[in-house]
Parts: sequence; C-alpha cells; structure tokens
Amino acid sequence: MVNEAMKLAENLFNNDVKMTPTRDGYGEALVELGESNPNVVVLSGDLTESTRTEGFKHKFPDRFYEMGICEQNMVGVACGLSMVGKIPFVATYAAFVPGRAFDQIRISAGYNRSNVKLSGAHAGISVGPDGATHQMMEDIALMRTLPGMTVIAPCDREETRKATIEAANLEGPVYLRFGRDKVPEVTTKETPFKIGKANILMDGSDVAIIANGPLVYEALDAAKTLRRNGVYCMVVNMHTVKPLDVTTLVYAARKCGAVITAEEHQITGGLGGAVAETLARNNPVPQEFIGMPDSYGESGKPRELMEKYGMSSTAIIEAVKKVIARKASGRIFAGVL
Amino acid sequence: MDIQNLKHKATELRIDLIKMLEKAGSGHTGGPLGMADIFTALYFGGLVKYDAKNPKWEERDRIVLSNGHICPILYVALAHADFFPKEALSTLRQLGTMLQGHPHRLDTPGVEISSGSLGQGISAAAGMALGFKSDKKPNKVICLMGDGELEEGSCWEAFMTASRYKLDNLIVIVDRNYLQIDGHTEDVSCLEDLDKRFEAFQFNVFRCDGNNMEEFIKTFEKASKPNGKPSVILARTFMGQGVSFMKDDHSWHGKPPNKQEAELALKELGGI
Ligand SMILES: Cc1ncc(C[n+]2csc(CCOP(=O)(O)OP(=O)(O)O)c2C)c(N)n1
Ligand SMILES: [Mg+2]
Repeated sequence: MVNEAMKLAENLFNNDVKMTPTRDGYGEALVELGESNPNVVVLSGDLTESTRTEGFKHKFPDRFYEMGICEQNMVGVACGLSMVGKIPFVATYAAFVPGRAFDQIRISAGYNRSNVKLSGAHAGISVGPDGATHQMMEDIALMRTLPGMTVIAPCDREETRKATIEAANLEGPVYLRFGRDKVPEVTTKETPFKIGKANILMDGSDVAIIANGPLVYEALDAAKTLRRNGVYCMVVNMHTVKPLDVTTLVYAARKCGAVITAEEHQITGGLGGAVAETLARNNPVPQEFIGMPDSYGESGKPRELMEKYGMSSTAIIEAVKKVIARKASGRIFAGVL
Repeated sequence: MDIQNLKHKATELRIDLIKMLEKAGSGHTGGPLGMADIFTALYFGGLVKYDAKNPKWEERDRIVLSNGHICPILYVALAHADFFPKEALSTLRQLGTMLQGHPHRLDTPGVEISSGSLGQGISAAAGMALGFKSDKKPNKVICLMGDGELEEGSCWEAFMTASRYKLDNLIVIVDRNYLQIDGHTEDVSCLEDLDKRFEAFQFNVFRCDGNNMEEFIKTFEKASKPNGKPSVILARTFMGQGVSFMKDDHSWHGKPPNKQEAELALKELGGI
C-alpha cells in the first residue's frame, strides 16, 4: 500500500506507532550540528526548554545566546551574526518568529539574503489549551511570500531532524516549522529527504492528497480507509512549501485529476494557496482545501481542536468524496459540450 | 474592605486559583500567585472604578493585562467581583470555555484587551489613556506587566508615547519577581537599573513590596495622583507567593499543580 522506496515506519498504522513531538528532532539536529560545524550558533528567546535547544546549550554553552524576550531584536542579531560567518538558529514560537518579527525577517533576513535559520515552534492549533494567541496559523503564508526564503514544515521528529541538518548546509534564509504536540513517527532514518523534493508516500490515481506537517499522517490514515472503499489516493508529503516541487505536483495533478491540500494552517496563503497558484498556471484540476477555515483558534485539547476545525483524517475523507464528485461532474459537463 | 478582610480575600483568590489550575491541567501558577495580593487590592480595595453588572460602563477605569499569561488570577478576581459566576472557573482552558488560556476580550466580561503576546497590552493601555486625556475624561488606565516582558522593545516605545503625551492617567504596575521562563531576569537579560531607566523615560517611579497589602495600597494611591507624568510601580513580588514549595521558583512559571501538589498547596493556604 505504501511506497516501499520511502522506507516508512513499519508500524505506521498500528497502535504502537511511536509518538514524539517534531521539535525533538530539532533539538537532536542542533546537537549534531554543534559537533560537526563550529559556526553553528543558537539564539533563544526565553523559551529554551520548550524549543528543545537545551541540549545544545549544555553541550556548547559558548555558542548559545540567551536573548530574552525580544524577537525582533533576536532576528536582527542573528542576521548580524550571519554576516560574520556564523550560522545562527533562532528559536522561539512561530507566533513570535515570524509573527512578531516580520519586518526584521523581510529586510534583515530576506532582502539581505542572510544565512539565518528561523524556527517557529508550537505552530498550529495543536498547541491546544494556550489558545488563539499561541496557535500560529499564518506563518507559512507570511514566510512563503518572501523572495528567497526556504519554507519547510516537516511531518515528524525524524524529518525535522533531517530538515534542520539540511537547512544548516543550505546558503540563505530558511524557515522551519514545528509543533508542540506528539505526532506519529511516519518516516525513518532511511526515508529520503531533500529540501524542495516532495515524497510520494502512497500511490493512487483517483485523488492526490498533498499534505505537510502533522496532516501527512492524517492523509495516510484517510487514504488507507478510502482504499477499503475502492478509492485510491496518492499521498504526497510536500514538506517544502517553498521552493515548491512543481514537477511532482503537476505529475500528481495530471495522474489523479483532482487534489486535496492538507495542512495545519489557514486555508488562505499556505500550502493550499501555493498548490492552487501552481496548478492554475500548469494544470488546473478541482482542489479542496483542508486547513483552518479563516478563523482564530481557541483553547481546547489538540485532538478536539483538529477535529473541530476540520484538520483530521475524517475531514480529509469528506473532502476526497467532494472532490471526486466535482471531478466527475466536470467530465459530464465536458462530455455534454 | 479593610486590610484584614483584603488579606482574607487574597487567600480566597489563591485557593480558587490552585483549584482552577489543577482542574485545567495546564496553565500558569507562579505569576498569578505572586500577583494575588495586587489583584485583590485593585478589585476589592476601592482603588479602581468598575461595575461588574455593567462591564462596559463608560466611566470605569481600565485594567489592562499586558502579561496575558497571568490571566488565571485575573479570572479569579473577576469571578469574585461578580463579573461572571464562579462556576465558570472550572472550565478554564477547556473547549468552548469563556476563560481562554490567554485572555480574550470578546469572551470574558471584564477583560479589556486580548493579550498573551508580550509587550502589546502596554501600547493599547497608552492608547486608552491618550484617548481619555484627549476627551478630558477622568478614567484611569492601570496596566499590569511582567518584568521579563520589559525585554520587548515595544514596551519602551509605549513608555515614550506615555511620557510624550504626559499620560498621568496611566499607572503601570510591574510584577517585579526577578524571574521568567529561563531563569533570573538578570541572567536572561539585563533589566537593571529599572528605577533609573523609568526615570530617564520621564516616569514617576515607585517601589513597593507587592505582597504587602498595606504598602501596595499606599503606593498605588500616591502613584495615581496626577502630576503631568505617567507612573510606574515596581512591585517586588515573589513568584509562587503563598505556597512554600512554589515560592521564588521559576519552574512554576507555566505549569499547574498536579493533584498531590494542589492538596499540599491548599493545606498551606487553609483551603482544606
Ligand atoms: C512576544 C512573546 N514572546 C514570548 C512569549 C512566551 N512567554 C510567555 S511568558 C514568558 C516569560 C515572561 O516573563 P515575565 O514577564 O517575567 O513573567 P513571569 O514569568 O514572571 O510570570 C515568555 C517568554 C510570549 N508570550 N510573547
Ligand atoms: Mg517575571
């Protein structure tokens, strides 16, 4: 059922699937990078433990900078550090970087083409009880409008680890996004990962589900259920929102003739928007959007909120049915003409 | 209320705070405990004009919580002041609650501004004070802030607005507990000398023991006398004040007590 070449976790669909937060992979990668590259430095905005930068802090105290609560300044300082040869990783919540520091990111990081690595932890509604102020649902939209910015929303701990390592080796500004809550470990050490190269995790020809972040697991889960009803979905892990893997996307749209985008982000401006913009130019097909329906979040348990705002496998299944109906009616319409 | 009753009230607030946070299973405990005395003074010491039955009353003073994460103590104070039934406290942070994890103006009567992203409430407070001043209205604006919060540069932009427009209807209260998430404020950043900094920003600067009811009330009365300058009260508080094993420990910044911890805390507070 799943694409063998992707070497996904074997227990992916079992109850014993390992659950870890993506940010753990960030912390692990920073320690690895600290060992391998003396230029890697970390800046924390009074959120060292929750962004998982503690390991780096303890191992490399001289390369760890506690900045306090000043995200705009922190981004600016990181840009300065990059100008003198450092590879700074900026660690705070996505609500504040990019949320608070957008102008600094636009000019100091983007326009200057600084080699800074921004990380937005606790992104998405699955932040849970802290409520709307902390549930950043607009970060991908902000970041992907900036020329030259690389934007990555990894799906699990291991993919986050790889993305963080690759980000350090890529020249230029990068935005990495992680969540707070535990999510299933979908990928393994052997799963291929390359920034800008989407992974087809499951093949199919009825609908292509283009997902990233925690919605990758939900998409796989939905596709598995749909298969039992004779609906074959392709599942694409579009971890890099910018630069978007146009080749894989257009291939998926051509093969399936309909797409669903699925992300833990506002429906406007995120992965769904990027896919729609690309397909409109290259190969328009019916598209349904799974994401936050133009609303602020609220307090609640992560799972409750993902269900309430339609970012679960249940919602994906409904969207697949809808888009198949649209695809069919399109064919009838074309036939009548 | 007289001082004795106010002290009683502060303990009642702390008891409900602990119960509420234990039930919620997440939320901030340390800051709210440290600020319980000040909230009691503000809401029950006759220092602030409000009408719980008419929360939008035009003549009310505005209490702005810029450090939104300490909202549990605001919620308990509002419930005790009858803005809403105390039963609501047990819904903190649950789906559908009127008491969000960080305060939301549109959900909770008595909340003047939605906050949780540090360093924003103070600008809104300056805006309110500027509006009242322009309209020659007597309303006061009281803005509560964390000390770590002062590391946000935008706070100092707001302070400049406040002194530029001589907002002597603005009283800033800084929860000076010397702690924030990653530790001591002077290890994380560099806030001192706060008196001198605020003086340089043309504020009237007051210091007091923020866990001493009488002292705080006296200080507040002085700070709220208009003299052409905004005022700041640097209130020395202790994170976790009132519960021995939480006191002055930054690990209590953002977590709730579990069942056993809540029981111990309530025992100390005389709540069980
Ligand atoms: C703009 C912004 N950055 C970071 C945070 C995360 N955060 C919440 S509370 C806090 C520490 C605040 O310290 P302080 O103001 O001293 O409050 P205390 O810990 O004393 O309650 C931080 C960093 C935030 N809420 N907003
Ligand atoms: Mg503090």
